[in-house]
Amino acid sequence: MIGVPGSACRCRRRADTAGRESGLKALRFDKLGAIIAALALGGAFIAPFATFRANRIVAGEAKTIIEALPLNWSTGLLLVVLAAAAVAAFRSPVPLRLVAFAALAGLAFAIGVAAGFLTPAGNSYARISPASGFWVMLFAFGLLAADALTRLRPAPFVRIAVLVAVLAFVGILLLSGSWDGLSLLKEYASRVDTFWAEARKHVTLALGSLVAATIVGIPLGILCHRVTQLRDGLLGVLNAIQTIPSIALFGILIAPLGWIAANIPGAATIGIRGIGVAPAFVALFLYSLLPVVANTVVGLAGVPRDANDAARGIGMTDWQRLVGIEFPLAFPVILTGIRIVLVQNIGLATIAALIGGGGFGVFVFQGVGQTAMDLVLLGAVPTVVLAFAAAIVLDAVIEMAKPNNRQAEAR
Amino acid sequence: MIEIENITKRYGETAVVDDVSLTIAPRTVTVIVGTSGSGKTTLLRMVNRLVEPTSGAIRLDGEDNRSLPGYELRRRIGYAIQGHGLFPHRTVAQNIATVPTLLGWERSRIDAKVEELLTLFQLDPAAFGPRFPHELSGGQQQRVGVARALAAEPKVLLMDEPFGALDPIIRAKAQDDLLAIQKHFETTIILVTHDMEEAFQLADHIAVMDKGKVVQYATPSEMLLKPATSFVESLIGVGERPYRLLAIAPVASAVEPGAAEGAPISSALTQREALAELLWSGRNALPVAGPDGAIIGKISLEGLARRAAGPT
Repeated sequence: MIGVPGSACRCRRRADTAGRESGLKALRFDKLGAIIAALALGGAFIAPFATFRANRIVAGEAKTIIEALPLNWSTGLLLVVLAAAAVAAFRSPVPLRLVAFAALAGLAFAIGVAAGFLTPAGNSYARISPASGFWVMLFAFGLLAADALTRLRPAPFVRIAVLVAVLAFVGILLLSGSWDGLSLLKEYASRVDTFWAEARKHVTLALGSLVAATIVGIPLGILCHRVTQLRDGLLGVLNAIQTIPSIALFGILIAPLGWIAANIPGAATIGIRGIGVAPAFVALFLYSLLPVVANTVVGLAGVPRDANDAARGIGMTDWQRLVGIEFPLAFPVILTGIRIVLVQNIGLATIAALIGGGGFGVFVFQGVGQTAMDLVLLGAVPTVVLAFAAAIVLDAVIEMAKPNNRQAEAR
Repeated sequence: MIEIENITKRYGETAVVDDVSLTIAPRTVTVIVGTSGSGKTTLLRMVNRLVEPTSGAIRLDGEDNRSLPGYELRRRIGYAIQGHGLFPHRTVAQNIATVPTLLGWERSRIDAKVEELLTLFQLDPAAFGPRFPHELSGGQQQRVGVARALAAEPKVLLMDEPFGALDPIIRAKAQDDLLAIQKHFETTIILVTHDMEEAFQLADHIAVMDKGKVVQYATPSEMLLKPATSFVESLIGVGERPYRLLAIAPVASAVEPGAAEGAPISSALTQREALAELLWSGRNALPVAGPDGAIIGKISLEGLARRAAGPT
């Protein structure tokens, strides 16, 4: 008799604990999210939001969010940051975590407003630039957005759509003039023509060398796959090239390219010189070969032996087997190589400016020379954006090219 | 008819296939059996020139198999392998259509052929045609592999351990299906296996290979009664001999006049199955029903025991 109510009581107590546990579970910390939240709060409350400088070279004065923005903007931004940090820190539903995009948009608008707010009226020498707090928050919320997107596992075309939307948003902000007060945009305004010429050169260098490396690398990879004796030798040479520092490679190339320019008629007229675009192009091409060739070899080696044997056994010629069976099956791996090369080349093309090859590196090196950080950023930011966009697009394409995905779609 | 004449394949000093001669009658199933490394697969692959012989000749219907480029020869000869070898990035229908497409058939003819073969292999064309190989079960993949091999209506079909990756129940079904298909298309089949059970189940003729040589080439019953060497004997399995002997003959050939009690058994079963039924039912004899169901006589333990006895 005594035991019965006792056990019932225990039961109730257990139920209570379970209720409290599930309540706690709803508010449990998210490991990555907690770090993101800490970073964002640090960025918002400890680090400065914007830097004010009397002109483009002098040391700047750091301004916190409160100092850098009108009251309504600063409170608004802080509220958004706090809300986003709270969502990040706890295990919240994944779609809710997309609030990161709102925080990013808030940052983007606020920094433009800060530029207008901090610049004294009529002063065209003063420079306003984002300070560490802005960058830390940009990084934190960028990470949160990327993490949320990854958890949602969007289809490849959705990822590209998100990229396009983000770029369009940035494009609209740029065109609307709301960032015009920022020092980065002031540097841009005084270099509009050269900026786009260098951008063209940068893209031409990165893409051109990629195309050349693909055209040469894939046949080389196929050759390596078929002729095993060649494989180790060629991959060894390409590996060795990969380890030569880029500056050294430019130096090494000056002599042979100079000789070609001097001795082969017509070479100089099409732009081959010891310095300039030619050695930059050649160097990027050489660096690109290893990933393309190696991935082609790996991709072809990964083709199921059965499929290859059956293809031969039912009467495909070597060429038909290569085009119809081996290449399509190896394609996603080859594409991965091309992705590596493209992202690597967009970054590496910056170095081309050192030997007069042009590209975004021109601004980076000028900026370093003048200790003008904004100018460095004018070269670095587009490079990073380009590389990032290229990586997202190619990752999506690779996923779409994988047989399993095509199968899923066919179903 | 396939004539293999003094064919030899050497890799360096080792002869993988050593001076083999076989004549294979059209519309029959020949099974090449041997342990691994006996050269059976190499011999098979020399028929469609996936492997070029060091010396000797192979003729198909009197024509030397080197009179055509290898790939053209192979389009005329069906080829099915263990683990099916389907192309993972192509649908079932595309896989089956491979050789007809290579041969430049018209689209409508190819589609009709794909549909015919899928139906024949008990795969609904509408449901299975657009699927990819990895969405099929092992047994279905294997059937598609054989269907692909038969798509261009080859007179000869080469099979390299085609059922090796299947579980026993699906394998037995696949073997029955293969025999039905073989009768349907009147294909000459050469099949390589290391499984003696499979050889007895399928073969009109069995060639036993050991260390690159054919040690015996005979019908299953001949091989059971007169094994050429102790190697053949051990491959057959001494303990299995009487049962194998019963397994290769139908009940119809062991029917005795007279009547018996019990449930009748079909004359189309093998004598081994009849023996099992007799032993299991605890009777000395059972009535036998003909194809139309009418009782045509009886089958007895004594009669089967006589038939299972080896030569004295």
